[in-house]
Amino acid sequence: MTDRPADTTDGAGSSHDREGDEAYQAWREAYDGAKLRDVPFETMSGVPVDPVYGDGPYPGQYPFTRGVHASMYRSRLWTMRMFAGFGTAEDTNGRFKELLAAGGTGLSTAFDMPTLMGRDSDSPWALGEVGRAGVAVDTLADMEDLFADIPLDEVSTSMTINGPAATVMAMYVAVAEANGVERGKLNGTIQNDILKEYQAQKEYIYPPRPSMRIVTDMVKFTTAEMPRWNPISISGYHIREAGSTAAEELAFTLANGFAYVEAALAAGEDINDFGKRLSFFFNSHSDFFEEIGKFRAARRIWARWMKERYGATEERAMLCRFHTQTAGVSLTAQQPEINIARVATQALAAALGGTQSLHTDSFDEALALPTDKAARIALRTQQIVAHETGVTNVADPLGGAPFVEWMTDEMERQAEEIFAHLDNLGNGSILEGVYAGIENGYFVGEIADSAYRFEREVNAGNRIIVGVNDFTEGDDSNPNLLRIDGAVEEYQRKRLDTVKRDRNQAAVDDALARVTADAEDPNVNLMPSIIDAVRTYATEEEIAMAMEKVFGTYVEKAIV
Amino acid sequence: MDDGLSSGTEAAAPIRVVLTKLGLDGHDRGIKVVARILRDAGMEVVYLGLRQTTDSIVAAAVQEDADAIGLSMHNAGHMTLAPAMLKAMAEAELEIPLVVGGIIPEDDVQSLSDAGVAVVLGPGAPSEEVVNSVRAAVAAA
Repeated sequence: MTDRPADTTDGAGSSHDREGDEAYQAWREAYDGAKLRDVPFETMSGVPVDPVYGDGPYPGQYPFTRGVHASMYRSRLWTMRMFAGFGTAEDTNGRFKELLAAGGTGLSTAFDMPTLMGRDSDSPWALGEVGRAGVAVDTLADMEDLFADIPLDEVSTSMTINGPAATVMAMYVAVAEANGVERGKLNGTIQNDILKEYQAQKEYIYPPRPSMRIVTDMVKFTTAEMPRWNPISISGYHIREAGSTAAEELAFTLANGFAYVEAALAAGEDINDFGKRLSFFFNSHSDFFEEIGKFRAARRIWARWMKERYGATEERAMLCRFHTQTAGVSLTAQQPEINIARVATQALAAALGGTQSLHTDSFDEALALPTDKAARIALRTQQIVAHETGVTNVADPLGGAPFVEWMTDEMERQAEEIFAHLDNLGNGSILEGVYAGIENGYFVGEIADSAYRFEREVNAGNRIIVGVNDFTEGDDSNPNLLRIDGAVEEYQRKRLDTVKRDRNQAAVDDALARVTADAEDPNVNLMPSIIDAVRTYATEEEIAMAMEKVFGTYVEKAIV
Repeated sequence: MDDGLSSGTEAAAPIRVVLTKLGLDGHDRGIKVVARILRDAGMEVVYLGLRQTTDSIVAAAVQEDADAIGLSMHNAGHMTLAPAMLKAMAEAELEIPLVVGGIIPEDDVQSLSDAGVAVVLGPGAPSEEVVNSVRAAVAAA
């Protein structure tokens, strides 16, 4: 708790009469009760500034357009969560330990492509991809290496995986319990947002409905047994990267959120319980005010739907808390250093939009996975926004500006049109509307149309991309790029061979048979049998196949 | 909107291109845009979709009597997967150009060319370059 700077005015407010403003008084009470960071809240020239300006509803008040907390970044900056992972589990474990030694408490895990697709490192599908874009996890043995000597009851772990999320979460539980940490003490997030896989990222295994059964089983399991775990991070990032507009990113993401809510409600869950554990993940692209409007609209729409349509009564279950990543797709291979400026403005938009955590992309990512140096510059970029620009002194500093309020309303209006379309497609159910939109190609079609429209605008010169279709002179840079050692693939295959040779095959077979049997019975939660299976060192692919026998596979219709 | 590409109709039989993703890589924004660019330029595009194998691509190219194969790669596996594709094409005696696009570092372009890839298109390649390089590769084959 720090000494409060003198609030010389009561906000923009000096021209307002705050006496009868009950919302302001309530906000003031919440703000006064909040712990603040020990820094001066004044400009670099020494001018003290108020914690908020303009009118209510204020930050921390329904519908939370202006932010999820009364004091926002005065209490706590956004979490600077940088996503990383490559090579073997031991390599990434070393990176985790360095991060923890440097005072970090949050681990973020990137898995390689075969792991994300439920394929083992020795699968023919894995050729050339083992350990490339993330860490390879085939069995519990890899997970034991990944989290060796890390106190799992003290850290929070984010795991970015969707199709095989249940198996990877089961491995995390098994590692923790083998080390004496009860599952109830585990803190973290698993992305587990399968719906956007059919729409954008395409890392699915089974068809949508059985996949949703797995997600719902995970929500039920974590709500009952892992109260500190976030079972879904509802992600628009990939939708935007695949080419959608800002409004489509907003609408498709929140619609997916409504679909998960409807599925959980249908399974008998309490919205006030699981609602608190849902979080979001958005893109921050280059059009500054459009992005800020999108972030503000996201909070308002989510709060209103959770309250009015789904009946949430606790405010925490109405909050759209979100992580943001700058737009990888905006990075150019031409004159790559200028991407640092793009990332800076996108990071600033995320901060002005009130994000809870932020990953800033590295300038070399249009060319390869980032080098350590490029990743450090990306982190420094958001540190500059946080510590030098002064935007963290005031909650929702742009709130009340006519253009910003109009853009927020416009994003909401466009999103509501899309919700109405999906609601209609699903005869009053957003969940059914989302299934229908996946099956009839609505989502992929809209995204591809938007991507192509953008490309034609760039190609016709109607939209300038600096360094690509204008200002092209001076592209003489050839940065040092990260190279992944091809030996990882060989090492990982041998590791898997050893694990398979040393395990009790009869136990594996029995456990896999039980996974298949449980998959056949929709009234049984799949998590317990998956946890038992990973403990036998059954592989990720074996477990995926045990369910595939019942659920089948999903093949996208190839439409362009 | 006139971007200078839509009017280009082929004089003779249109060029037929098989476009696809090889392996697990699901990044399909680029290839879908390229499909429309080539189609607007008057070519016939056969998009195979995701999760193809070298064998399934060769089979489709033979069946469709394709003039070229276009592969999109965004997962840093191009130095393994592009040569594997060329090998499968050689084994099937399929003598048509292989075009590769995606996140390809400059340093790898020469190696891919040496291995036999006809055209390598990096990030931000303009539409004219995409169209003209496919035409040139087919003409040279």
